[in-house]
Amino acid sequence: MLDDKYHADRAVGTMQDKKITARNVQVFYGDTHAIKDVNVDIADKTVTAFIGPSGCGKSTFLRCLNRMNDTIDICRVEGDILIDDEDIYDPRVDPVQLRAKVGMVFQKPNPFPKSIYDNVAYGPKIHGLAKTKADLDEIVESSLRKAALWNEAKDRLHQPGTGMSGGQQQRLCIARAIATAPEILLMDEPCSALDPIATAQVEELIDELRQSFSVVIVTHSMQQAARVSQKTAFFHLGNLVEFDDTDKIFTNPQDPRTESYISGRIG
Amino acid sequence: MPAIWIIAVILVIAIAGYFLARGRALASADADPRKMHSLPSYYGTNAAMAAAGPALLILLAWLIAQPLLINNSLTQYLPADIIGDAGETSLAMADVNRIAGGLDLAVAEGAMTAEAAKNLTVETTDVRAELAAVGVALGSDVDAATLALAQRYRGATALGDILKAVVVIGLSLVGAGVAYAMTNKDFRARRYVESAVKLILIAAASVAILTTVGIVLSLVFNTIEFFRLFPATDFFFGTRWEPSFSGRGGNSDLGFLPLIWGTLFISLIALIVAVPIGLFAAIYLSEYASPRVRSIAKPLIEVLAGVPTIVYGLFALLTVGPLLLSAFGANGSFHLGWMSGGTAAMTAGLVMGFMLIPFVSSLSDDIINSVPQAMRDGSLGLGATQSETVRQVILPAALPGIVGAILLAASRAIGETMIVVMGAGAAASLSMNPFDAMTTVTAKIVSQLTGDGEFNSPETLVAFALGMTLFVITLALNILALYIVRKYREQYE
Repeated sequence: MLDDKYHADRAVGTMQDKKITARNVQVFYGDTHAIKDVNVDIADKTVTAFIGPSGCGKSTFLRCLNRMNDTIDICRVEGDILIDDEDIYDPRVDPVQLRAKVGMVFQKPNPFPKSIYDNVAYGPKIHGLAKTKADLDEIVESSLRKAALWNEAKDRLHQPGTGMSGGQQQRLCIARAIATAPEILLMDEPCSALDPIATAQVEELIDELRQSFSVVIVTHSMQQAARVSQKTAFFHLGNLVEFDDTDKIFTNPQDPRTESYISGRIG
Repeated sequence: MPAIWIIAVILVIAIAGYFLARGRALASADADPRKMHSLPSYYGTNAAMAAAGPALLILLAWLIAQPLLINNSLTQYLPADIIGDAGETSLAMADVNRIAGGLDLAVAEGAMTAEAAKNLTVETTDVRAELAAVGVALGSDVDAATLALAQRYRGATALGDILKAVVVIGLSLVGAGVAYAMTNKDFRARRYVESAVKLILIAAASVAILTTVGIVLSLVFNTIEFFRLFPATDFFFGTRWEPSFSGRGGNSDLGFLPLIWGTLFISLIALIVAVPIGLFAAIYLSEYASPRVRSIAKPLIEVLAGVPTIVYGLFALLTVGPLLLSAFGANGSFHLGWMSGGTAAMTAGLVMGFMLIPFVSSLSDDIINSVPQAMRDGSLGLGATQSETVRQVILPAALPGIVGAILLAASRAIGETMIVVMGAGAAASLSMNPFDAMTTVTAKIVSQLTGDGEFNSPETLVAFALGMTLFVITLALNILALYIVRKYREQYE
């Protein structure tokens, strides 16, 4: 039964097109060489997990995928990152449009100090996705439904989003991210500030989001990576050590460093 | 014994107490600090503070109280016709104090022996000439009664000084002694030192509060005096400000409205200038500027805050006023004729606005910076541009704090004096035209109090009523600003 599920997932992973292609990516913070020579192909409609010890560069690499590193002055990215065969570091690419296409959910829930409705409507408004108020209402409702928050939020849409619980806030941030209709969703340790129940809810949500998006998640919890992802990449000291199907990484790792990490000897 | 010597003696006692108590504590624990309740230095500090603290406090109180007490008790010896009048009494006592001070100085400089000074009489010596020789100029010749009072004053002061030295130094010794006697290894010196530290901090905080209370009290009595002489309704609702000083007495019109109108009008112009420019500068510095630009530009903007207001006043008078006149005056480039002189509400308002720019920008910059980075990341991560992020996320989040900053700037604008005196003119008017000369509450306080006015006519006492009203207005603004700023802080902490 379990094996069947994995095989099905793997089949999905290989059938789909490559969504993101990274070739020889190097990232420097000032003089520090943070990411060394990373090559990776991320498939569409798949959850890809990045695991590795703290400071291994997995978050840095994630932030390269929507050019959030542009906001850091001393950060420099080399190599090619292609999304749908388009180089996102090409000077002609507008990072603002790129980020509309590649949504991001952060480690700590960061709802704006606005109402729940305005939080979700923020992206659609700035990208002009809704022609009428009714359109906007519909986007907000469907985003909240996709984020499994509609039932809890529908009666308090105009109360501040900051008044919700931590888990609800994180799902609100996910709803906010999917409201702009992205193609890829990046999640930087989305559950690290949540309790186990909220974590379970978010993980369930990630599994559903796979139907519509390509999801890349950075996580410190190997159980979480095993639970939610189909593909797993193990980073260590800025290198991509191993990238393969999740069950293979966890049951039969090729690299001794991966084996040490998942069995708890390095980290 | 001069106070400085008493302080030196107290310090010596304190230092001696420190080492003695520290030594005693160590000795009681067989020189093993682990057996003691507190570190050795706490026992020493405790003794030093017991020696110095109360003694210095009493010294301070004594220094303030002694001249007041002596003057009060000597007043009764003045001639009866003088005692009746408060003004005459204070003049006579000032003479007495001046002669006594002069004699002390003469003795100190060696122009007179102490004995000679004590036995001085008007018949044998020209006291005025003698004192003039040591640099103390008296307004008139000294009569026998005044000299006698001055001698009494000197005698009482000398006695008081001796008593002061004895009491204060004695208290210091007692303090050190008690602390020394209590010192042994189980004495909880650390607690005493901690509570003494707390007392010092409380005292520091109280000074600011007590000063406010003192300012209010000094205004309140004169304000009440003013309202006894002048009807409050005429003051608060009068539309004419025409004080007279030429003996017409009660014919002055002391209407508050034209002054507060000028104050608010000029402050409004200043804020219209300062708020957008200051806010935009703050947004640039905190959101757009690279760290290098920021590290250079921020201090440069804050240089503007260090310019004395009198220099701004000169700038208004000599540069901005003529410039505005050449644009909006009758012969100006637009031929509008709106402006008839260089001094106008607009001149003062513009310059005051420039003065407030660093005030608004520096406070707003701090507030914008305190908006968590997560908000920016969240907005940028959704594909918002930088200006969309600023407009729709950062400014709304920072708005309460920025409103607080603006209100603080407003209370500074309302209290500003020098720029108004030099830039806005002196005519109190209820005009709607910003190019007319106007005047403000503060400028009128200055003009009512400069000169030889006695504090007994409504024309001078009105200054206190004006000051009090202004104080209440700015206090209300400050409280509002603090309330808003505090409410804002609760959002993120």
